[in-house]
Amino acid sequence: MGVRTWLESWPVYRQLTGSDPLGRGKAAMSRRSAELQPRTETADSMARSVCPYCAVGCAQRVYVSDGRVTQIEGDPDSPINRGRLCPKGAASKNLVNSKFRQTTVRYRRPYSTEWEDLDLDTAMDMIADRVIAARAARWEDADSEGRPLNRTLGFSGLGGATLDNEENYLIKKLFTAMGAIQIENQARI
Amino acid sequence: MVAKERGAKIIHVDPRFTRTSALANTYVPIRAGTDIAFLGGIVRYILENELDFREYVLAYTNAASIVSEDFRDTEDLDGLFSGYDPETGVYDPTTWQYEGQEAAVQDRDPVMERETAMPLQHESHGPGVSGRVRRDETLQHPRCVYQILKRHYDRYTPEMVERICGIPPEKFADVARAWTENSGRERTTALAYAVGWTQHATGAQNIRTGAIIQLLLGNVGRPGGGIMAFRGHASIQGSTDIPTLFNLLPGYLPMPNAKLHETYDDWVTSICHPEQKGFWYHAPAYCASLMKAYWGDAATPENDFCYEYMPRINGDHGIYKQVLDMIDGKIKGYLLFGQNPAVGSINGRAQRLGMANLDWLVVRDLFMIESATFWQNSQEVETGEIVPEECRTEVFFLPAASHVEKEGTFTQTQRLLQWREKALDPPNDARSDLWFIYHLGRIIKEKLAGSTLRRDRPIRDVAWDYPLHGEYAEPSAEAVLREINGYSLETGQTLRTFGQYRDDGTTVGGCWIYCGVFADGVNQAARRRPGKEQTWVAPEWGWAWPGNRRVLYNRASADPEGRPWSERKAYLWWNEETGCWDGYDEPDFERTKPPTYRPGPEAEGTEALAGDDPFIMQGDGKGWLYAPSGLIDGPMPTHYEPPESPVRNQLYGQQANPARKVYDRPENTTHPSPPEPNVEVYPYVFTVARLTEHHTAGGMSRFVEHLAELQPEMFFEVSPELAAERGLTHLGWGHVITARGCVEGKVLVTDRLTPLRIADRIVHQVWMPYHWGPSGWSTGDSTNDLFTMVLDPNVLIQEGKAGTCDVQAGRRPHGPDLLEYLREYRRRAGIEEFHHTPIITTDAAEASHRCGRTDDGGA
Repeated sequence: MGVRTWLESWPVYRQLTGSDPLGRGKAAMSRRSAELQPRTETADSMARSVCPYCAVGCAQRVYVSDGRVTQIEGDPDSPINRGRLCPKGAASKNLVNSKFRQTTVRYRRPYSTEWEDLDLDTAMDMIADRVIAARAARWEDADSEGRPLNRTLGFSGLGGATLDNEENYLIKKLFTAMGAIQIENQARI
Repeated sequence: MVAKERGAKIIHVDPRFTRTSALANTYVPIRAGTDIAFLGGIVRYILENELDFREYVLAYTNAASIVSEDFRDTEDLDGLFSGYDPETGVYDPTTWQYEGQEAAVQDRDPVMERETAMPLQHESHGPGVSGRVRRDETLQHPRCVYQILKRHYDRYTPEMVERICGIPPEKFADVARAWTENSGRERTTALAYAVGWTQHATGAQNIRTGAIIQLLLGNVGRPGGGIMAFRGHASIQGSTDIPTLFNLLPGYLPMPNAKLHETYDDWVTSICHPEQKGFWYHAPAYCASLMKAYWGDAATPENDFCYEYMPRINGDHGIYKQVLDMIDGKIKGYLLFGQNPAVGSINGRAQRLGMANLDWLVVRDLFMIESATFWQNSQEVETGEIVPEECRTEVFFLPAASHVEKEGTFTQTQRLLQWREKALDPPNDARSDLWFIYHLGRIIKEKLAGSTLRRDRPIRDVAWDYPLHGEYAEPSAEAVLREINGYSLETGQTLRTFGQYRDDGTTVGGCWIYCGVFADGVNQAARRRPGKEQTWVAPEWGWAWPGNRRVLYNRASADPEGRPWSERKAYLWWNEETGCWDGYDEPDFERTKPPTYRPGPEAEGTEALAGDDPFIMQGDGKGWLYAPSGLIDGPMPTHYEPPESPVRNQLYGQQANPARKVYDRPENTTHPSPPEPNVEVYPYVFTVARLTEHHTAGGMSRFVEHLAELQPEMFFEVSPELAAERGLTHLGWGHVITARGCVEGKVLVTDRLTPLRIADRIVHQVWMPYHWGPSGWSTGDSTNDLFTMVLDPNVLIQEGKAGTCDVQAGRRPHGPDLLEYLREYRRRAGIEEFHHTPIITTDAAEASHRCGRTDDGGA
């Protein structure tokens, strides 16, 4: 190590001679901190997304490394939020990665006091059976004056308004095909 | 705040001084639920001082239109309009019509309209009226809209505003002056509201009052103007455009009604209103294209596009009715898609008792929310009303994919669709709701494939072929969006505009107002040209319906001759040389229709719109200061007290909205309000709102460490004066009591809440956030438990922002003692058994009922 290199490794020297007299930037860096890179730069991929909370529609950049979301930031390109996010949007990485996240199917039998595990395919099949039965239980062909009704009042649905348009579209389409008119959304609330 | 930096003045009106108030130029306190009195005062100020933007008002609004001579105002009938039927509790709107058009509404069924929230159809377009209206351009005719409006708001003086809202006259004068001075040729003012404004028994009329002001001042269809709804959910706009609502189909097409729409022709004709001006005239094409999207090859012109498959509504099938039907055991199963009604919906106890009486419940969510665990940890388990061993509801919890684990579009609050790319696969069993509904449909179709039952034919025929991809067989969201956009069956090409939709079965289109989002086979919602690289309107970021127009009715940004009202506010203008409308935005008008165009006497639909009719979705092409049709509770907004109020209506004998929707049930008792006795048992006004750090029912925030840490517990705010009156201490415990429930929290004593002088007494307000429930990092009582179900009659949205309550120091009783505590309060209020406030509190109901009726000589 030459004298000059040795001297320049000394932060006070760099602070006094360089472009960082307050010692809050370059002068204070160690080799390690100089080589650090933001995880947004080392991410495997970045997806352009939209914040899931309120309806302002702030654009987000979602960074993924090793199959895990490592950062979510406001998208500076967006004319709506210009890179900014509110406390909720800024916490959305935590929403996705929350320890409370329930990622497996849970099942509670009638009169039971606890949850059980259930296979997803089995659950889907059981739900389909129950929908078909509830549909039949309160099916109505016509009203008292013989006008067609073609509907069931046996089950209902309620959706949050964080559903995608495509999801709402298929929900309404399937409910209509089943004659299930009782479908509502946060938009009513 | 950027607007403020650039010189805009911000006025913040709120029951509580908030962080927004702190940054505004002016803060105006108001009693919750009195917005129409306040805004009505502004309307009066504009009209008394003739401060309206007269050229705009004359050319673009219905100010000059003449109304039927049978019309009677609330001024004549003590708070009722003409046509009220005390038996059904709704109005016959015949006398509200424009002169000569009274017959146009004779076949209407106002009871059915309220039960099915029919006015909600008008979100994309005005209700049907004929374009041929008698007008008085001098605005002097006593029955022209301008004069009617002037008389209607004559008593909404600054003194009256103070008596009702508690707003000091000097504050009111400040707002009135600022708003009018900042409007006109050179300037515009924007009105922004949070959707708590809709959650009132007069919700639709609150916003109507704002619209009247903005039209009078020329602030609609112009840059920097408008009425901006700050919706609270990522795609709540999308959820009405492509609704999962009982009374609507995509694009605001009405759900077929058994009584009104027996045949396909009945249905289509009821939508397109022959004789009407505007784009709704093409409804047959929108209807046929939707039927093709639903029923595929089975739908043909010969079989009326399988219209017989469509289920029919014939009354109230809304969410509150559903909850009561669950309590009564009529509904067997319930599917929740990312919604937490156990905390988020009003009268939470009724919600939870309903869920406890189902055969089965499916909950799809990221977290184990209270709507999945009501049988484990709800307040009713504590009181013994729900016993897990006796509760038969079978519960399926299915984990959902988060917003980054699936692709699709949200429609944000200004009708802008933005496509989200998928960042990664969802974990374990988590799937998108698209996956769930697609595969549920697939399995049901498979199970019923061999059925010969007539009722199963729609399921067998429904067009359900979507490309699947990936390990989980995820349906393609882009394919669904393409179907929503619409395509030609002849060429296979996606359509560019809804003008290309056909009524002969040659086009498929799932939602006509979204046509263009997949123009040229390209997902336009995925456009991400940086804001800095385009104009301030940013037309190449995402895609807005209709037709990528960013400001609706923007023809009004130019004068009748097509010139900008001013250089400063130039937005759209007629270019004589090219024969086109030019500007910063897509014209919300036919591009080549010149300002001088006048329709012939036989013209219909869009051809009937003159070159200076900017309001192209209205039947007469005009902005409506007065709504002759389309609203259940009156053609003009009128101040009524909230259904629960500690004070008498200062303007009329009629206390509360006479057309409001009520549910007379023991689970849904309402407090006494004047003129009834015992008002003092629940003497205070309460309102609820959000914190920036939490989201609605907390399903997406109480389970998130950072957010739970930022706002770690339930609290409520009271003024120092109320604290003294009830012995509440800052940071000590307190609880709030209504007939429906009781919630506890830490007390925040603060002068952010001001005691208001209302009429001749002081009214205290209590403010509460409504995010908490028994699960998550941070737990607490659910404030929406306190409300009763009373709904706005136009759209069936609940009164969820103004109620009456009592407040006491200390913690609430827990366990069965809580029920006895609530019962004792009800006993003192004289409502121990079931109680509902009387609907009619004036003697004028009979006189209103007689108005315009020829059978007894008319009024």
